[in-house]
Amino acid sequence: MSTTGSRAAALVPAFTAPDVRVTRSRRSTVWVAAVAVVLVAVLAYLPYLVYSGTTSLLVNVFILMIMASMWNLLAGYAGLVSVGQQGFVGIGAYAVVVFAQHGVDVFVALPLAMLVSGIVGIPVWWLLRRLRTAYFAIASWVVASVLAAIVTSISSLGSGTGISLLPYLNFSATLLGAITYWAALTVLVAALAAGYLLLRGRGGLVLTAVRDDEIAARSAGGRVGRVQRLVFVVAAIGCGGAGALLAISQIFVQGSNVFNVSWSAEMIFATIIGGIGSIEGPIIGAIIYYVIYETLGNYGTWYFIVLGVIAMAVAIWARRGLWGLVADRFNIRIFPVGYYLWPRADMVPAASVPPGPVPGTPVPPPAAPAASPSPAGEELGADGG
Amino acid sequence: MIWVNDIIQGILLGGLYALFACGLSLMFGVMKVINLAHGDLAVVAAYVALGVIALTHIPGVWSFVLVVPIMAVGGYFLQRTLIQASLERGTITTLLVTFGLSIVIETVLLQFLSANSHGIPDGSFGTASFSIGSQISIGWLDLIILVVAVTVLLVLQFYLSRSRNGRLIRAVADDREAAQLAGADYRHIFGIAAAIALGTVALAGVAYFGMYSQFDPTIGTGQLLLYAFEVVVIGGLGSLWGTLAGGIVLGVVQQIGAQIGGAAHPDYQFLAGQLVFLAVLVVLPQGLTGIRRTA
Repeated sequence: MSTTGSRAAALVPAFTAPDVRVTRSRRSTVWVAAVAVVLVAVLAYLPYLVYSGTTSLLVNVFILMIMASMWNLLAGYAGLVSVGQQGFVGIGAYAVVVFAQHGVDVFVALPLAMLVSGIVGIPVWWLLRRLRTAYFAIASWVVASVLAAIVTSISSLGSGTGISLLPYLNFSATLLGAITYWAALTVLVAALAAGYLLLRGRGGLVLTAVRDDEIAARSAGGRVGRVQRLVFVVAAIGCGGAGALLAISQIFVQGSNVFNVSWSAEMIFATIIGGIGSIEGPIIGAIIYYVIYETLGNYGTWYFIVLGVIAMAVAIWARRGLWGLVADRFNIRIFPVGYYLWPRADMVPAASVPPGPVPGTPVPPPAAPAASPSPAGEELGADGG
Repeated sequence: MIWVNDIIQGILLGGLYALFACGLSLMFGVMKVINLAHGDLAVVAAYVALGVIALTHIPGVWSFVLVVPIMAVGGYFLQRTLIQASLERGTITTLLVTFGLSIVIETVLLQFLSANSHGIPDGSFGTASFSIGSQISIGWLDLIILVVAVTVLLVLQFYLSRSRNGRLIRAVADDREAAQLAGADYRHIFGIAAAIALGTVALAGVAYFGMYSQFDPTIGTGQLLLYAFEVVVIGGLGSLWGTLAGGIVLGVVQQIGAQIGGAAHPDYQFLAGQLVFLAVLVVLPQGLTGIRRTA
């Protein structure tokens, strides 16, 4: 693209207004939004239709989707490979316990726990902000185990033996299951919306650039540090929410469980298999995770071995995961966060599409390839690893 | 006097930590790979040692004679297959693949060998000690392990600076393309470096689980990898003597933490090391001996 641009610039001495129209998607996204609304509505109605076994399984699926989406924002976009997100899972879970002990309803405590987790995320980011790759991974892991050591040494939280939420849950079992399910669905929708808006907004362009090359993004003037901090805190809030949901759905909180590094393993495996660097990937990965879990659940920990081996193979041979394969093959984007440039000659009547500058639009090349619309932002260095 | 004893025990432990970490440091220095499965490979070495002892009935402390070459050969093949494939695809892929490997090793060991703790039998020699004054008691085996650790670091230093393969390893670490133009097969050299790394980690694993600690499948990810990385960071990457210094700092700090925590807070031992590690990352990111700019 740059060579075409520079050659064209050489032919046309003065820079004229670009003859392109910019859209976020190749097709209209109205039907995608409609399907999404219907899907969420159906999922919300589900507790009236199915047994509680199904909804409690779905709660676990939603929790993994939340965690994986958060890890994907960190590693897939912000270039921060964290192996320490279990620290925030544990903080979220124990925060619910603390609020419940002070008389707060657990479902009111859920958003408060997310807030606490986000607040804890700020000093942690300050500690980790200059580290990258393996340093960041292991330092975040160490921070998580320090958080675990601090929290599990507090005797009012049951020290290492754990603590039950049962005294604070004044619901019938059915109602508790249903409300937990709705809470999990709400947090999931909020997490996906947050990730989507983050990537659609001004910071999204910086994040996509960081995904492809952090140093280049910095030298192009992107405010990389600020966006990375935002993503880190958002991921802390999301993982805190997942931990709080975990506490409520399991009714029992134990440090060696909620602070376990296997949460990081789960979110990493799900994200890699589904497709790192896309919003759709972690969702699909979490579904695959539970399909394999349910299939091999009777054979001990084999499901986890199989998932780990698949994740390693995908990381090496299909780096954008299953969704990457599907999206490239059929050119689908459910969550369009890139940009498409359309030459004016092909422009459809202006009424159907709002023209005008989009915030954060990249400066398009003076002449876009004439024949076909060229997918710009989305395709640039799309092999995000 | 009790503090002097802690410092001496910390130094003895630190030699072993340095032995743990030198493989991690070597692999990072040569291949720019941080092997997140490093700790689990030490646990694998310990299980191999149990198998070797059961089959050959050699005394526990001598099992390393067979375990080290077995793990070294394994390391060569691991490097030539999985790690080579992932490092050709970038740093993040290497991290994710070695993390996956770590989790898979741990889960496989749990699935087949249960979560039971084991120890490598070290016989009566393991508890023999001599005393200085009334409060300081030094185990003979601890002292021998420190001497072995320092000797291994010396040999490794000598090997890297003088031998033909050592020169090749340094050449490939400095400039892979230039070394390849000069005729070095960098993949083979990487394999040799990984073999050395796994050989040292096997030696450290046998010594550590014979002397200081029981082992089970989960100890590799939770503790050993973090110890090794903490040693490397405290000491500064790419320097073998920095690794020794880092190991001793971590060992002494952990002993002091254990002394402060006492029986009521056994986890203060790990917490003390981790806090020092985080402090070094913030204040002195290049470590005690760091002169190289690290990524």
